[in-house]
Amino acid sequence: MSYLAQVDVMLKPGISDPQGQTIERALPVLGYPGVREVRVGKRIQLQVDADSVDDARTKVEEMCERLLANPVIESYEVSIG
Amino acid sequence: MTARVGVIVFPGSNCELDARVAFSALGAEVEMIWHAGTSLPEVDLVVLPGGFAHGDYLRTGALARFSPVMDRVRDHALRGGLVLGICNGFQILCEAGMLPGALRKNNGLKFLCRWVDLRVDNNDTAFTSRAEQGQVLRIPINHFEGNWYAEPAVVDRLRENNQIVLRYVDNPNGSVDDVAGICNESRNVFGLMPHPERACEQLLGSDDGIVLLGSLLDHVTDRAGVAG
Repeated sequence: MSYLAQVDVMLKPGISDPQGQTIERALPVLGYPGVREVRVGKRIQLQVDADSVDDARTKVEEMCERLLANPVIESYEVSIG
Repeated sequence: MTARVGVIVFPGSNCELDARVAFSALGAEVEMIWHAGTSLPEVDLVVLPGGFAHGDYLRTGALARFSPVMDRVRDHALRGGLVLGICNGFQILCEAGMLPGALRKNNGLKFLCRWVDLRVDNNDTAFTSRAEQGQVLRIPINHFEGNWYAEPAVVDRLRENNQIVLRYVDNPNGSVDDVAGICNESRNVFGLMPHPERACEQLLGSDDGIVLLGSLLDHVTDRAGVAG
């Protein structure tokens, strides 16, 4: 089977996010006050061959640990299917 | 004896020739080593140069860490061999887990290309032995992701072990504790964001880089002297 996996990678809470801060400063200028805690991350989409949903999740989580995210500064969330 | 320096060339490296010129001028024998090789020639010092290895895709250094030669660089370090990562090379060493922490985008989101002052906060290492404790060196930076971060407990440990070797006098990028350059616990792997290899000629604005690069070569030749 082939499964569609989506990985969302975000900077860990507490780690400053200069991109988020810049966006947060820009939004009120455009007429959107009251916006807080803007964080910028990235989404990685993969089509993965695996035996089951669980197998696909295990594989993708391993990819996250080894390459897709840097555990020092980033957290990740995997969704399958 | 002549120190042997191996400069690793990744696809996207762009400071490897600067490193070669600088180390050659200091009397070292320099060999360029392509990243795809699975062996390392006999060298005393491995240099990971600046640039954009593998296009810096995904994260700086994330893919370079898996280049075949990196296993040999790790072996070299485990045997006590010297390793120096400059700029992108520092980012690669952090991604590879050979140095602690990670490099984030600069605060202010600007690519920074300018001269900075660095303070030598530990001159008792192979990388800083030619410096006086507290000496200020003028060396250029040239990076977008130089904002070093590590968990507070890791930073504390580095402070206690005097592994924070170089600090910015005026922090340009938001780096935690003004960190510009660090070493590993064994003090044979060094990484820094500034470019000492570009500060080896008065004509180019400063030759303070010689203090750092020359220290590494002294370490190699002194060690050979002791070994007889």
